[in-house]
Amino acid sequence: MTFDKDVKYLESHEWARKDGDVIVCGISDYAQDSLGDIVFVELPEVGQTLKKGEAFGVVESVKAASDVYMPVSGEIVEINGVLEETPETVNEDPFGDGWLIKIKPSEPSEYDGLMSADDYKTYTEGLED
Amino acid sequence: METPLKHTPLRAWHVEHGAKMVPFAGWEMPIQYAGGALQEHRLVRTSAGIFDISHMGQLELRGSDAPAFLDYLVTSSMSTLEEGNSRYGVICDTDGGVLDDLFVYRLPDKWWIVVNAANTESDYQWFRRHAAEYEVEIVNVSDGTAMFAVQGPAAIEIMDDVSGGRISAIPRFGAADCSIVGVHCLVGRTGYTGEDGVELFLSTAEARIVWEAILDSEVARRADLSPIGLAARDSLRFEPGFPLYGHEISREVTPVEARLTWACDFDSNFIGRDAILARKEAGPAQRLCTFTLTERGVPRQDCEVFADSDGRKIGTVVTGMFAPSAEVYAGNAFVEPAYSKVGAEFEVDIRGKRKAAVVVKRPLYKPAYK
Repeated sequence: MTFDKDVKYLESHEWARKDGDVIVCGISDYAQDSLGDIVFVELPEVGQTLKKGEAFGVVESVKAASDVYMPVSGEIVEINGVLEETPETVNEDPFGDGWLIKIKPSEPSEYDGLMSADDYKTYTEGLED
Repeated sequence: METPLKHTPLRAWHVEHGAKMVPFAGWEMPIQYAGGALQEHRLVRTSAGIFDISHMGQLELRGSDAPAFLDYLVTSSMSTLEEGNSRYGVICDTDGGVLDDLFVYRLPDKWWIVVNAANTESDYQWFRRHAAEYEVEIVNVSDGTAMFAVQGPAAIEIMDDVSGGRISAIPRFGAADCSIVGVHCLVGRTGYTGEDGVELFLSTAEARIVWEAILDSEVARRADLSPIGLAARDSLRFEPGFPLYGHEISREVTPVEARLTWACDFDSNFIGRDAILARKEAGPAQRLCTFTLTERGVPRQDCEVFADSDGRKIGTVVTGMFAPSAEVYAGNAFVEPAYSKVGAEFEVDIRGKRKAAVVVKRPLYKPAYK
């Protein structure tokens, strides 16, 4: 299991990374592994504005559909079009080519409040049954 | 209080081999192993996979009235079944509602009936209730019986390798006793995947020895034979159009709605026959169809189906998924008969979004042995 140190995490298993003045967002390795094979990803329209904690899309695995939530408030400036044809990219490279959206944050300070990799790892360990 | 989940004799093996275990029909079962359900599905279509399906129920029937008894309880004629052969059938209530579907094997000394895990006890009680008027004895042997399936284009060669070449001589739907590493097994050339292969029945005490012997055989290693979980079992059965209890069949439908009248022998006076014939005559209000989405999305059980013209609700999805071999987002739905014909268009509501769908020819995947 990989816990990328260069990103911050949400309890709902998304990650967020600062890239210049945008925030890139995806789902964690832990999340893709729990979901299993991903067969469809539904993403928002570019230009849509959403608040932190709002659902911006759905990641569907063989087993189930899971909502994915905004790590920070802001405008969707780019979506990962690759996922339409190859949703399995999220399984293969969750922190890289499997990213979901890029956000132009309206409240940049919200990013600082997200979990560190170490805190997220501890959090996921608490979820094991 | 919750009833504890039952375990198959291979539970420890599954956990040791990276299975994700989930509750299913009162059992703790592997839903998938480390490689994932899609990989497992493709392996069965291209080579071979092995399934622990010991949750399935088995009933043993003996007695001089057994053929007549089965003809009364099961929709398809079992009295015409030849020794060493097997046949699919459905059991219905007097109103035609489906209680379960099953496979019956006619063996030299008994009849071997395989039923769904969730219905094993209720089926057994149903059989027992009707047995009083017949010279028959019915025993539920599920607890002591393990059941595996080995399925895929390489399955027969693998099974020949572990049985001294006995399996390839068994015809499709045939059944025979075999010895695998010295363990007595009943082997049927049957399955639930659309591929050639076998289903094996043996004592739970020896299940692990046989399971490991099959996986360790030289031919199996060459074929990359691997364990397959319930998720891939579902997609493998969906593509060739096999029904699953609680989805395509249930107490709420008759074989007419479920397109299973081919499994009904109306010359025989089985329970539910008159109600099914009447339903057939009158025309059902709903009928099963297979559809594919013409835009991306994953339909799921219980999604509502709407007519695209006037937005009226016309049915409900009972199975939905990404079909790995057909490479389409597809499902089965019960819809008004006018919308169940090939080429009919409707919309499926997936979490509040309407997705366009078209009814397609069944099955999505033609069984390899046909």
